[in-house]
Amino acid sequence: MRAAIIGATKGMGRQLARRMAERGDMIAILGRSEASLQAATTDLQIRGAAEVHPIVFDLADADGHRKGLRAIEGALGHIDAIIITAGGFDTQEGLESDLERTARILDLNYTKTVLFCEHARKSLMDQQGGGKLVVFTSVAGDKGRKTVGLYGSSKAGLSHYLDSLDARYRDAGLVTINVKPGFIRTSMTAGLPEPPFAGEPDQVAVDVLKAMEKQLPTVYTPSIWALVMLVIKHLPKFVMRKVGF
Amino acid sequence: MTRFLDPLKSDMPLHGWGGLGVHGREALGENLAEITEGKPLTRGLGRSYGDAGLPAPGDEVIAGSRMANRFLDWNPDTGVLRAEAGVSLNELRRVFLPKGWFTPVSPGTSFVTLGGMVASDVHGKGHHSAGTFGEHLTSLTMRLANGEIVTCGPDDKPDLFWATTGGMGLTGHILDVSFKMRAVPSPWIYAERKQCPNLDSLLEHLEEAAEAYPMTVGWIDCLSTGRNLGRGILMQGRWAELHETPAKYPADGGGPSVPFTFPNWALNDVTLKGFNWAYYHKEFKGFRSGVESTQTWWYPLDGIGNWSRIYGKRGFTQHQAVFPKAVGRKVIRQYVELIAMLGGSSFLCVIKDCRAEAPGTLSFPMEGISIALDFPMRADTQAIVDRLNEFVIEHGGRIYLAKDALTRREHFEAMEGERLTKFMEIRRKYDPDLTIRSRLSARLMDPEVER
Repeated sequence: MRAAIIGATKGMGRQLARRMAERGDMIAILGRSEASLQAATTDLQIRGAAEVHPIVFDLADADGHRKGLRAIEGALGHIDAIIITAGGFDTQEGLESDLERTARILDLNYTKTVLFCEHARKSLMDQQGGGKLVVFTSVAGDKGRKTVGLYGSSKAGLSHYLDSLDARYRDAGLVTINVKPGFIRTSMTAGLPEPPFAGEPDQVAVDVLKAMEKQLPTVYTPSIWALVMLVIKHLPKFVMRKVGF
Repeated sequence: MTRFLDPLKSDMPLHGWGGLGVHGREALGENLAEITEGKPLTRGLGRSYGDAGLPAPGDEVIAGSRMANRFLDWNPDTGVLRAEAGVSLNELRRVFLPKGWFTPVSPGTSFVTLGGMVASDVHGKGHHSAGTFGEHLTSLTMRLANGEIVTCGPDDKPDLFWATTGGMGLTGHILDVSFKMRAVPSPWIYAERKQCPNLDSLLEHLEEAAEAYPMTVGWIDCLSTGRNLGRGILMQGRWAELHETPAKYPADGGGPSVPFTFPNWALNDVTLKGFNWAYYHKEFKGFRSGVESTQTWWYPLDGIGNWSRIYGKRGFTQHQAVFPKAVGRKVIRQYVELIAMLGGSSFLCVIKDCRAEAPGTLSFPMEGISIALDFPMRADTQAIVDRLNEFVIEHGGRIYLAKDALTRREHFEAMEGERLTKFMEIRRKYDPDLTIRSRLSARLMDPEVER
């Protein structure tokens, strides 16, 4: 497979890139730090990637989106999948006390991600008549909850957009996959109190590759979170006010 | 504040594999050089049984290496791999076994990091042929107590290097590890299992097997007494040649997991006797041979997620001792009798012959016989460990720190003597104020202070 991964030097994106490298895929990895990209390139080559193409890219910089896509096209030729794992996070308390940071994270997770997806959609549809667009949202976007309201709302917006993208373009060849990870042990969540059913990035990577193969429009990972969120989505609001989840 | 606890419902988030927990926090991240700055200790996957991976009393935050797990350099011509200290043996196997390479030395679990393998200078079923992990290292990159980042190796600051292999993370933070991998003919093991009706037979077979096989280990039913004392199963193996193996690559089995912590009473003398009886008679034909996967051979317990939960909330501990060859079989027999008499309820009693001592200053193995057993924590566990340690001291043996939670300082000093003095000299040379420390070092070797 030939795939581009945005946010491939850390956490879930890093582990997904590794799993793809281990099966011999050709990968373009995009991230902000040149040094991290270089180290990731060596790591992925040792793991068995057919080719690794590091591309310095910042999702927050909308002016660079088109250039980033052209770099991916140049590196991979044909693109089977564009995968976006990059995003911003902070706790509800952290965001409530720093509105500038809140503005940056909402903008990155929703506006900038949607804009990049629009470029990617056009590029995949126009250049090659389709492909896969795999975007990481979060279970936090499924229901308004006490602990992840601001962050969750950005992922809820993104989810809404991705679902409509899939409805509108799948028949024309663009497969959109909305990945909803539960609590995953990465450097992003290090130090946070851990809920039950916390997962490892490697489980996520395996689940996402399976979902890409089966072309599932939505994937909860680890899969137990589908059940957890099914229950939570049906809890009435007076209960949501009581629970600390 | 120390107690044994249910790792699932923990208000003390840092715990050893046996369940010993303390207040504290791990600083985690992809950049190990950054997160180790100013920390008293680095911890890997937390598979040390006791307190080796826990902060010393008064310390709170230690570095965690497990997210720093990139491969940095690989040379298939020389077989030398350089990787960050957080790479786990499980990941190493997943990536390199399909290419025909394996770690030169493996302990009994793959859920350990390279850094942890160096710090414990791990040994395994291949000790009599391959030695310890430290003997296969070419160099280490470390952050010293003063913040400096240095390399060391057998010819580069050898005092620091050899004190670090088996040094339980107390000489500085291990950042990356270079070592020589082993080329293997296939991803399978040819293994034989033999029933041995008593200890003499087991010891004899173990000695014979060492001549013919690069990997050997014995399991002892240590609840049997009388004429069955020390009966067990000998396992001997070697890497299978390609023509002996199935055409397919062995399945990467996600086995069953222990879903909850068992009640404390679940493991008792009756259920353990039953388990040991069944495990012994599993080899009812007396002999079995065949090809098996690396996971079945090296890591039988890794297939059962969270197996430590069967010990219940009280947790468990292990005791592993090695006796010099000179003591002879009589002393080994007395030791097994002592274990059976103390009745600590062990279902994992493992015996292994070791080759000559590694150069590691505090490395565990020495030429002779090693016996490991684990038992649930009970009111009398400290007394059992004390009694075992007194026996070990009397016969010139020593214990494995990676397994230990309960050994007393005076016992440890009596076992290690000059080796400990030398280790402390090297530690102080690179860390005069002993700011790199753990709960284990506070218990066994650091100057005693009121905290």
